[in-house]
Amino acid sequence: MFLRMVCGTFYRQWKKMLMIALTVALGASIATAMLNVMLGVGDKINEELKTYGSNITVVPQSESVISKLYELDEDVRYDYLKEESVNELLTIFWANNIVDFAPETDTTVTLDGNEVRLIGSWFNHHLEFIKKGTTYQRDTGLVNLRSWWDIKSGKWLDEQELNGTDYCMVGETLANEKKLSAGDTIRVKGEHGTKELEIVGIFESGDDEDKCIFTTVTAVQELTDTSGLIKKIEVSAITSPDDELAVKAAKNPSLLTGDEYDLWYCTAYVSSICFQIQEAVPEAAASAVRQIADSEGKILEKTELLMSLITLMSLIGATLGISNLVTSGVMERSQELALLKAVGAKNGQITRLVLTETILTAVVGAVAGYFMGYAFAQIIGQTVFNSSIEMNGMVAFIVAVLIVLVTLVGSIPAIRLVLRLRPSEVLHGGH
Amino acid sequence: MSLLELKNISKIYGDLHALDNVSLNIEKGEWIAIMGPSGSGKSTMMNIIGCLDRPSTGEVIFDGKDISKESRRRLTELHRDKIGLVFQQFHLINYLNAVENVMVAQYYHSMPDEKEALAALERVGLKDRAKHLPSQLSGGEQQRVCIARALINSPELILADEPTGNLDEANENIVLGIFRQLHKEGTSLIVVTHDPEVGEEAQRIVRLDHGKITSDRKNEGFKG
Repeated sequence: MFLRMVCGTFYRQWKKMLMIALTVALGASIATAMLNVMLGVGDKINEELKTYGSNITVVPQSESVISKLYELDEDVRYDYLKEESVNELLTIFWANNIVDFAPETDTTVTLDGNEVRLIGSWFNHHLEFIKKGTTYQRDTGLVNLRSWWDIKSGKWLDEQELNGTDYCMVGETLANEKKLSAGDTIRVKGEHGTKELEIVGIFESGDDEDKCIFTTVTAVQELTDTSGLIKKIEVSAITSPDDELAVKAAKNPSLLTGDEYDLWYCTAYVSSICFQIQEAVPEAAASAVRQIADSEGKILEKTELLMSLITLMSLIGATLGISNLVTSGVMERSQELALLKAVGAKNGQITRLVLTETILTAVVGAVAGYFMGYAFAQIIGQTVFNSSIEMNGMVAFIVAVLIVLVTLVGSIPAIRLVLRLRPSEVLHGGH
Repeated sequence: MSLLELKNISKIYGDLHALDNVSLNIEKGEWIAIMGPSGSGKSTMMNIIGCLDRPSTGEVIFDGKDISKESRRRLTELHRDKIGLVFQQFHLINYLNAVENVMVAQYYHSMPDEKEALAALERVGLKDRAKHLPSQLSGGEQQRVCIARALINSPELILADEPTGNLDEANENIVLGIFRQLHKEGTSLIVVTHDPEVGEEAQRIVRLDHGKITSDRKNEGFKG
């Protein structure tokens, strides 16, 4: 009988029920899309910002320390890191958050009588090593760290494809000045020798690098007689926005309490990643490129706030819509509901009837809304981030809970109306 | 033996005394007509007798127990178990067929039983119309479904508000015939009406005006 009455309502008030389902579907779709984007946006925004370069640089801690460490002659005035210290980045706790990195070393060379900066780095280097029985491997280099470079002619220097190390890429300004193009060979003279480098590509970076030559690390090391040494490491890492704890830790991690230290250490703050890099490479000083790290945190925070607000507003809208529709539905059925009271139905039984009808309708709307939200999330992902947004299982659960809450809260005015309904007033028309 | 006793009942809405210090005793098995013009307090009295409302002052003794201060929940249980209601507008649920409309009262009382519901419809001569929706029934047939619904839980009292108000003469006679039969079987009947012909069918006629009982007499012409 209960089901017959529920079905009867769907049959008789199908337009109203359809409106409730649509209202819920709209709220659920926006909530689903926003929550999915919000939970995935951290990675997406970080990925987006990572295209603008590294956010951590690792340099030698001090000249005297380095000189002592590498037993360099007193008159050697350069600061260097061991090239193999790059490996240590893959062994730290937050290694998976380090998306790209590349060593860098440079020197000034002479090209056709002009001094030019020659920079050695990795382009698409395949790093593989074994430490304590664990094999670590990663493909990394400038291809990802300088993804904004516009290759004007030729192509990226492919370390894995080309034989040898005497290849280079030339900045557009320098290439135009010297009338160089991809395929040409240039002769550069350094402090400790001369090299002929084949130009693989001409790039435009939009900054001073347009006047530089980029080549392999080995080529620069040979020209400077610094085999196995590099000047710095550029690191691009996914980080969490800084908060009070991160600020406190950045000043001095030793001031943190035990619990604070554990929390800080196990959170991907840029400062904790830097700290761990320094732990792994004691002779190095790792520091955040503060502008980028801060921007990431702020953009992420604001984007999440905006999405939370949109979700909240859509749910409030859905609640108000449901409230109006269910209340008007109860008003239209006041005679029927009063009659049920007159034949012995208790308030709880009528409330259960109305809530069952509303929740069943909401479930239909929520399922439809969830899939609509999935589609919205993909549209947002493709439009804004040029990639799909992965559906997060947690979102389905959160949306289900939110929709049940929205439906129950939206039904409160209607339930109050049901409780106030007096058969004596509705069925006989008062006194 | 008294079924229901109203003692100095008043129902006050602001300045309006819908019922003003009314007392009435109803015996078990009695058929009473409550008559009076519009606004005389008939429906208010019916609501109080039917446990759908509580008096502002006074006592309502039902089966020897004062129910005037009972909670709404208790009153709901009381009218569900003891009273069958018949309405002028029938108030059938339009998406349920005749037998389902009867079963609704069973559902909220105990358990729906289609056989019993069909038997109740047979009693009012509508077994063959059991699967018809209210929109497929005439006014008289709808009223008979309403009576079957009122009878389904074997109430001690049938309370009818203008039961023939929307019926033609033929259907009025059918409904009154059912009431006569119920009375013979010992069911107490209270019929609120302004129709003298319907009123004259009752064993006792109570007249109300401006919330007061103006006359309370036995019907000498009662055919029993």
